[in-house]
Amino acid sequence: MSKSKFKNPVVKWIDHRLPVFSFMDHELNHYPTPKNLNYFWNFGSLAGFALVTMIVTGIVLSMNYTAHVDYAFDSVERIMRDVNHGWLIRYIHMNGASFFFIVVYIHIFRGLYYGSYKAPRELLWILGVLILLLMMATAFMGYVLPWGQMSFWGATVITNLFSAIPVVGESIVTWLWGGFSVDNSTLNRFFSLHFVLPFVIVGVVILHLVALHRFGSNNPIGIDVKGTQDTIPFSPYYTIKDLFGLSVFLSLFAAAVFFFPNFMGHPDNYIEANPMVTPAHIVPEWYFLPFYAILRAIPDKLGGVLFMFGAIAVLFVLPWLDRSPVRSSQFRPIFKIFFWILLLDCILLGYLGAMPAEGIYVTLSRIATAYYFFHFLVLFPLLPYIEKTKPLPISISEPVLSGGSTASAFAAREKK
Amino acid sequence: MSTKSNSQSSKNEGKRDFLIVSTYAMAGIGAASVAWPLIDQMNPAADTLALASTEVDLSSLEEGQSITVTWRGKPVFVRHRTPEEIKLAKEVSLDDMRHPEADEERVANEKFIVLVGVCTHLGCVPLGQKSGDVKGQYGGWFCPCHGSHYDHSGRIRKGPAPTNLEVPSYEFLSDNIIKIG
Repeated sequence: MSKSKFKNPVVKWIDHRLPVFSFMDHELNHYPTPKNLNYFWNFGSLAGFALVTMIVTGIVLSMNYTAHVDYAFDSVERIMRDVNHGWLIRYIHMNGASFFFIVVYIHIFRGLYYGSYKAPRELLWILGVLILLLMMATAFMGYVLPWGQMSFWGATVITNLFSAIPVVGESIVTWLWGGFSVDNSTLNRFFSLHFVLPFVIVGVVILHLVALHRFGSNNPIGIDVKGTQDTIPFSPYYTIKDLFGLSVFLSLFAAAVFFFPNFMGHPDNYIEANPMVTPAHIVPEWYFLPFYAILRAIPDKLGGVLFMFGAIAVLFVLPWLDRSPVRSSQFRPIFKIFFWILLLDCILLGYLGAMPAEGIYVTLSRIATAYYFFHFLVLFPLLPYIEKTKPLPISISEPVLSGGSTASAFAAREKK
Repeated sequence: MSTKSNSQSSKNEGKRDFLIVSTYAMAGIGAASVAWPLIDQMNPAADTLALASTEVDLSSLEEGQSITVTWRGKPVFVRHRTPEEIKLAKEVSLDDMRHPEADEERVANEKFIVLVGVCTHLGCVPLGQKSGDVKGQYGGWFCPCHGSHYDHSGRIRKGPAPTNLEVPSYEFLSDNIIKIG
């Protein structure tokens, strides 16, 4: 079989002994993909691209960075001023983190809208949530490395979350710090972990892809592929579509890197860390704001921490909370409305996380937090009993090739 | 291109080839221009280049004394040679030298020899700066790593090193001050 597949004799020789070319041909070239994927299916490969960008620029930055409280801030400034193209590499890395989260959040909401977490893709979803958690840990520790005021106080606040744990909390925080405050030991271990965790993410991404390729991509209609008439090969159709999406992504990314590189950062982080003075208004990076709002909404230290982590933990069990057999929101009229409410709720939480914890903001945070958990813990399990879903098409091809309103509309247009 | 195709389809094939080639060319240029900053960041940074010259005051350096100064992270040997050493360095025949260079070509002021103190074999620092050091058969410097012998002008005379000790570019700012680099 492999004899006829490759013309190049070297490729043929290697493939006979080590079938990497057959593997790539099977998984990236012929890989049968539902033919009705829309542009929301671009965000997985975009996330992969962002991960590679972060690793490449990160390795390069680490060649010029010094993980020591006395030198870290200056070494980052040296990267910005003296290292050849250092400003570019650092701005790519800095904004790359934000764009990585933008892409991943869209990817997650895509999964929520089209029910991509449902059987048989539960593990695929769980691995994805695991990647999100690892990304959050990595991003948090990376933000500490420049050793600015936000780095230092962010590290102090986030590590102090663990002090909420009863009995052993204080000991855990001391262990995390390697001392009695965020200091040189903390910086060193954060650098080490910030370097290694991305490679752990790569490992989980590989598992994510293995799980994906087991049953193939979900699709906007959310029904299973019935046969080859419902699929097209990944290459060239989706490689081209992904590349087009990538060029749009890169245009926006380049605009941020070259024209607004500090838009998503905080000016306070260009002030060197000072353990004696906390900035007046400390906020995490934007991608943590919804979780930060949940933390502050709960008027109890341990409770706030539990709800914040619970906001992610609930995603792990999502495949079992949603009992509806219908995947795509296109056929779930009530679920669809609540999807948009959830999205607005998350954006509202993000806004509230950036606002000071006082007055109306606290009340709104509590309402938004309550809705978040209501959505997942009450609405998801109950909705299938209330909701009347729309009839599903027989196959992916059916709405186009035979009967149905779409086909008749098409026929009507043809007559004109 | 198939021989059967009419002019229209061969024209389209030509267009397609042009599109494919120009797409790959643009992608190649894009990839190279992204790769360059990632490679170039390993070259010396602006602050490293700014430290590329060193000034040395020779007024306290007595005849027969040597000092070692740091230039670009490497040792530079400065020796105030005795008249005897100068005579030896000048009079020796260049014929049997591996890397023949006259002493005059290697000094700006014959009293002072300035050398990059790195053996041209594999980069060790030769002995000969301190009074008690082994100076080799030719009385200049001796590299303990693999046994290269240098004379009073820093020329390789015996051992594995291929060339003479390098003379850095330097100039006399005044009678007693040199600027290396």
